[in-house]
Amino acid sequence: MSDERETLGSSSSVGAALRELGRKLAQGEAGTLLVFIMVAVIWTFFQFQNPRFLSPGNLTNLMLQQAAVATISIGVVFILLLGWIDLSVGAASGFCASVMAVLVVSHHVPSVLAVLIALALGALIGLFNGFMITRFRIPAFIITLAGSLTLVGLQLLVLGDTGTVNLSDPFITGLTNTFFPPLIGWIAAVLGIAITLGLSLLERARRQAAGLKVGPMRSLILRTAASGVAIVAMVAVVNQDRGLPLVVVIVFALALATAYLTERTRFGRHLFAIGGNAEAARRAGIKIDHVRIVAFVLCSTLAAAGGVLAASRLYAVNQSSGASDLVLMAIAGPVVAGTSLFGGRGSAWTAILGAVVIGSIANGMNLLALSSSVKFIVTGAVLIVAVTIESVTRMRRGAQPA
Amino acid sequence: MSAASPLLCLKGVSKAFGANQALSGVDFEVDAGEVVALVGDNGAGKSTLIKAVAGVQLADEGTFHFNGKPVKISSPQDATTLGIATVYQDLALCDNLDVVANLYLGREVFAKGVARTAYIIDETTMEQSALKLLESLAVTTIQDVREPVGSLSGGQRQSVAIARSLLGEPSVVLLDEPTAALGVSQTEQVLHLIRTLADRGLGVVVITHNLENVFAVADRIIVLRLGRRVATFDVRGVTREDVVAAITGAEFGVGADIPKETA
Repeated sequence: MSDERETLGSSSSVGAALRELGRKLAQGEAGTLLVFIMVAVIWTFFQFQNPRFLSPGNLTNLMLQQAAVATISIGVVFILLLGWIDLSVGAASGFCASVMAVLVVSHHVPSVLAVLIALALGALIGLFNGFMITRFRIPAFIITLAGSLTLVGLQLLVLGDTGTVNLSDPFITGLTNTFFPPLIGWIAAVLGIAITLGLSLLERARRQAAGLKVGPMRSLILRTAASGVAIVAMVAVVNQDRGLPLVVVIVFALALATAYLTERTRFGRHLFAIGGNAEAARRAGIKIDHVRIVAFVLCSTLAAAGGVLAASRLYAVNQSSGASDLVLMAIAGPVVAGTSLFGGRGSAWTAILGAVVIGSIANGMNLLALSSSVKFIVTGAVLIVAVTIESVTRMRRGAQPA
Repeated sequence: MSAASPLLCLKGVSKAFGANQALSGVDFEVDAGEVVALVGDNGAGKSTLIKAVAGVQLADEGTFHFNGKPVKISSPQDATTLGIATVYQDLALCDNLDVVANLYLGREVFAKGVARTAYIIDETTMEQSALKLLESLAVTTIQDVREPVGSLSGGQRQSVAIARSLLGEPSVVLLDEPTAALGVSQTEQVLHLIRTLADRGLGVVVITHNLENVFAVADRIIVLRLGRRVATFDVRGVTREDVVAAITGAEFGVGADIPKETA
């Protein structure tokens, strides 16, 4: 690894550096870069088709549209890391949001409490999934598919005859309709960059003090600069519209917490280990079924949170909440952005990146007023291409000798 | 073989799978600082014997002594607690994790202070001790301990698996076919590592089909055939032909139903 960094850093041979980059792209190691290229291509294309695509208003809408999916995707990452799949996240989000809405509107439960109940219900669904899968060795996709059907039924039951519950509660609708003034947006941006840079520098200093190898300073600065530019650009854009949306802050906080949990803690390490080689993890003394159950609980809880955000944005919950292609989008997002379908590889940030990619395509096609048939075909094709790329890079990694 | 009470000593171990007698009355011993090669044809009972020692598959009969004291091994945990580590042929590594993570899998070190309450892993400490461990074993082929294990060579992976087995500070290490599917120079590396273990005072048991390796690394050779211990050789006083004869049973002639113990 260090040799590779040297090669890239020294730039003595641009050709070698490019070849190295090509290899990384081919083997899926430069996944984030690939996703940024993908986003750039998609945005350029739609901008040429419709100049309103990259307007601050539309980009802010894109964020608001995708917040719910991104939240569900963050949960899905836990399951993908295990090498499994949870097909019940869409139905779970719809059902939990329905329960919340009915509690608030028909039973006058305080909205904060209703949201908490929805999240707890999500946790319970995850507990059930995890228990069934680990106790009875039922394949995850079957139990979650069956559970999904049950949840849809429960959702119809809860919503009753009208099938729609309109929400006007200020707390719930405020989740996706609150915008911070420009100054707060800038403060958040500066804080975000400072914390990223600070943590990297701290880590670097600690490794240096311990006499361990550290990467070149230049790449650290480059990485921070790249994410800094992205953050500044985002805040600049939203400030031209209504300001930094609260929901964007919520989604980033959830992704940050998940990144911390998966990359820094023992639970996360065990999650990756199980996804890489479950038998090895078991023999290393890891209680693999406990880890799996916790992952399902987290996934369904985040699905419920996504449902709440979707309800907040729509000011309503109805029979189609959580239905249609939501599950597929929530799972496809992280995969498009580089989380493996086969377990052991991925990150929380792919949930956000993936939501941006898929959301951009959907949003762009809406702006072009394409028919549903075309939208379905294009989205499906993009997903097929993405999973094919994932599988091919995985094969290359396997075939590559040391 | 030295002293009256070897480090690990098994007597009269038997194991049957239905009508198939996999082991019948096998004695086995390994001393500190020696490499014992356990050889035999397929179905001779090598794996069954090792699994009994590792606590993975219990024997039907037999007594176990560890450091001269009678012990019971009825689970892998028992074996680990006693100080018996096993490196299986499939290595049980997570290809997606780096060398440090694999070494410390299941025994991650937590950071201290506030970070401890947040279950944060202390990567710095783990990496430092990983480097120290590999250095002490003279494993110099692994350039970067932050490299995913999946991108290492077979010999490097075997080295990681062996190094990991040492973290519990065992006194006996069982290695199942450690050089199977390795190239010449990588086999060399692994054999060197095995010798290093014995030089550190560990009792090492190596199961192998490869007689060349046996002569390169072992002090003693124990031969199993059809579930019985048929021969024990000191590696210095024996030829390859003797060992092959014991493995195949040629030495004992036609009609010898029950092979005799020769050592």
